[in-house]
Amino acid sequence: MAKILAVTIVLIAIGSAIPIVMHMWPMPPDISVHGVLIDEQYADTMAEAGISFLASQFLLAFFIWKFSSPKPDATIKRFPGGAAGLVVAAFLLVGTEVLALGVFGTRAWASVYLTPPGANAMPVQVQAGQFAFYFRYPGPDGKFGPLHPDQINEATGNFMGLDTTHDQDSKDDIVTAEMAIPVNQEIHLLMHSKDLGHSFYVPELRVHQDFVPGLDLSVHFTATKVGKYEIVCTQLCGLGHYNMKAYLEVMSQEDFANWLKQQAALQ
Amino acid sequence: MHDTSAHAVQHGAPTGFLRKHVFSIDHKVIGKQYYALALLAATVGMVLSWIMRIHLGWNSAAIPGLHLLSKTGAPGDVLTPEYYLQLMTMHGTIMVFFVLTTAPFAAFGNFFLPIQTGAEDMPFPHFNMMSFWVTFVAFLVLVASFFVSDGPTLGGWTQYAPLSAVGSVAGPGQGLGVVLWASSIAIFCIGQLLGSLNFITTTLDMRTKGMSLMRLPLSAWAWFITSIMGLTAFAVLMPACILLILDHVAGTSFFVPSGLVINGQVLPHSGGSTLLWQHLFWFFGHPEVYIAIVPAMGIVSHVLITNMRRPLLSHRVIIACMGAIAVLSYMVYGHHMFVSGMNPFSSLAFSFPTLVITIPATIIVLMWLGSLYGSKLRINAASLFALGFISMFISGGISGFFLAQPSIDIMLHATYFVVGHFHMVMAVAAMFGIFAGTYFWFPKMTGRMMNETLGKLHFWLSFVGAYCIFMPFHYLGIAGNVRRYQAFTDDYLIPLIPVHKFITVAALVTGLAQLLFVYNLIYSRFKGAPATDNPWEGTSLEWSTATPPPHNNFGDTMPVVYHDPYQYSVEGASSDYVMQTSPEQINAPDEK
Repeated sequence: MAKILAVTIVLIAIGSAIPIVMHMWPMPPDISVHGVLIDEQYADTMAEAGISFLASQFLLAFFIWKFSSPKPDATIKRFPGGAAGLVVAAFLLVGTEVLALGVFGTRAWASVYLTPPGANAMPVQVQAGQFAFYFRYPGPDGKFGPLHPDQINEATGNFMGLDTTHDQDSKDDIVTAEMAIPVNQEIHLLMHSKDLGHSFYVPELRVHQDFVPGLDLSVHFTATKVGKYEIVCTQLCGLGHYNMKAYLEVMSQEDFANWLKQQAALQ
Repeated sequence: MHDTSAHAVQHGAPTGFLRKHVFSIDHKVIGKQYYALALLAATVGMVLSWIMRIHLGWNSAAIPGLHLLSKTGAPGDVLTPEYYLQLMTMHGTIMVFFVLTTAPFAAFGNFFLPIQTGAEDMPFPHFNMMSFWVTFVAFLVLVASFFVSDGPTLGGWTQYAPLSAVGSVAGPGQGLGVVLWASSIAIFCIGQLLGSLNFITTTLDMRTKGMSLMRLPLSAWAWFITSIMGLTAFAVLMPACILLILDHVAGTSFFVPSGLVINGQVLPHSGGSTLLWQHLFWFFGHPEVYIAIVPAMGIVSHVLITNMRRPLLSHRVIIACMGAIAVLSYMVYGHHMFVSGMNPFSSLAFSFPTLVITIPATIIVLMWLGSLYGSKLRINAASLFALGFISMFISGGISGFFLAQPSIDIMLHATYFVVGHFHMVMAVAAMFGIFAGTYFWFPKMTGRMMNETLGKLHFWLSFVGAYCIFMPFHYLGIAGNVRRYQAFTDDYLIPLIPVHKFITVAALVTGLAQLLFVYNLIYSRFKGAPATDNPWEGTSLEWSTATPPPHNNFGDTMPVVYHDPYQYSVEGASSDYVMQTSPEQINAPDEK
């Protein structure tokens, strides 16, 4: 039975690796400038983790195969190098591995979170609420007017609580239910929540950030490929959580300018 | 080491039914009670997972009889979106608290820690009885939420604020459901604090003559280390739950900031912090992972050593590594919060200890593997589950490399990758530890052997089944499949539904296989072959006493310990193993 277990472990290990190696369910293709660093980090980690996974499972299987059902006169053998050897090996191999992953991974993280957006980044505001996203563009004046949560009124279409009567900066603001951005233009996304915790996750864009009620957060990114992508909420926000989504449309500069004009006309 | 203080807890054997079987202060009865509670909770948790899995594979499928649980939650026997979340929350809460904490730690620890240390009982037996009954009440309070008007909370086992803190305005179950949840967990914490206190004092104060700390078996060390974690982790979760309850019933705003608008109403809260809940919860939550897995590590080591007929390469290294994991567990919790909005520098600060914790975990695995080398491995249901544990722990542990890195977490956070990771490394691995412990210790606990053939069949179905369920979770996560969705309506998620169907079938088959275990457990309890005092030829103190142990564990004479716990295959010894209580002089290196 031990030998069957050994074979089963080997088959499970190989079977588990096949979908990864064959890219059967791959990560959605990257459409961002910073994503390449994340993808490289992921690929490096997958290589190291994959080797560790297969090596340890094979070793486990091999030892189970070899050392079960011993002959009656078998004696105990000590692993060459003993405990000290294995501890040193673990420190050297895993220590080096995690240090490398940690240090190199910092680069990818820093490119998203520890660098400020460029001076030319286009600001877009996003508000999350049960169970929809709303987006705001600052209009020709380039300024967002202040938000007044007490003036939010979905019936009148004031989804974000703007006071266009009194706030000069809000008058030309454009509020939409879908997000459009120009391709190859850095976006500075200013995030706030109307009610609860939500999240902004666009797998293709390699962007994932929670909305935290009471905190204004931001992320910045540049999309490099025209197309339509889904923005999904990943922070459990209530019964409609699974259906809380919006579309992100990445457009050419011209198309975006036209789209913005159309949206402005609809306000 | 106090060979005399062991008598301080001497209490006569009870005679009445209630004192003997219900309100017992005997640690062995309490251990069995915890085990029964865990079994009941696991059954409820598993049935909930079946309902969820069927719903995820076949969204509009009617599950016969489901309306009996809730007419509004399952009209026409089909789950509503909110009821899916409510059942999911209960599944997670029941499994993490009432199965993974109670079985490997409280159940086996209660039964065997005093025996393995050579004590007659724990030093505070009444606290011990209270610990179980408080935990039982906590379970009842949690289950009661099924029967209140809008059902249990839907906020997930992590109960993130402000969803959990603003009341029923946020959705079904978010009012009374949350209050019951938080009350249950706060009560549960009291039970675990009392238990931890007993475990720590038993280990430090109750050891019999000759039982130095280094002569304790690895299972005892694991329970000792876990109880220290329990004392510190549950002590943080309990006040957090109390603050959450106050946000509901006393109008406070610990976790709710100002200006929130729900259903067109501006909430009358201000000044709270939603991230505060996450910090408090995960300060408990990550050590909790190790509260589940460290006892399993100890049990698996203990079972493996007995079946390998050799000690591990190093007793001390395993203890040091379990200790290192316990210490590091408090420094890594922030990896649950990489994209939560906390300072991005904090993410890096939490990432490094998370990566570093893989070193002691790897060393433990290498100690197991290195000890398998050149061993005389015996295959039985217990050792199969112990070996299966190692395989699962490797698989689940390695996916931790990904989640330890904030940059990769951008892709994988809140996806099924996380669900696959923690189910493998924490849930399935810990369950395998529980199974290994059950097949191994059942004879000592009941006086009867379990059926080995059924046990092995149970292993094969569980081992292959668990991989079929949880490995595909990782693929789904890589493809961006978000967790906590009751249906997959997003364009990019629809192609993944066939994988969910496969997982559902695997979950149902694997779940049904657990009936073999339950049958074996019940049948063997009454009809199993009588067990001898030492059926596995073990060396630690539980094998030196009668099967099942007498009320005061060792009868008239307290044991005296002469050796390290695992003297197997000692050169020149009279047999294959030398028990800790054997005065035989042997030529073995003592690891003290």
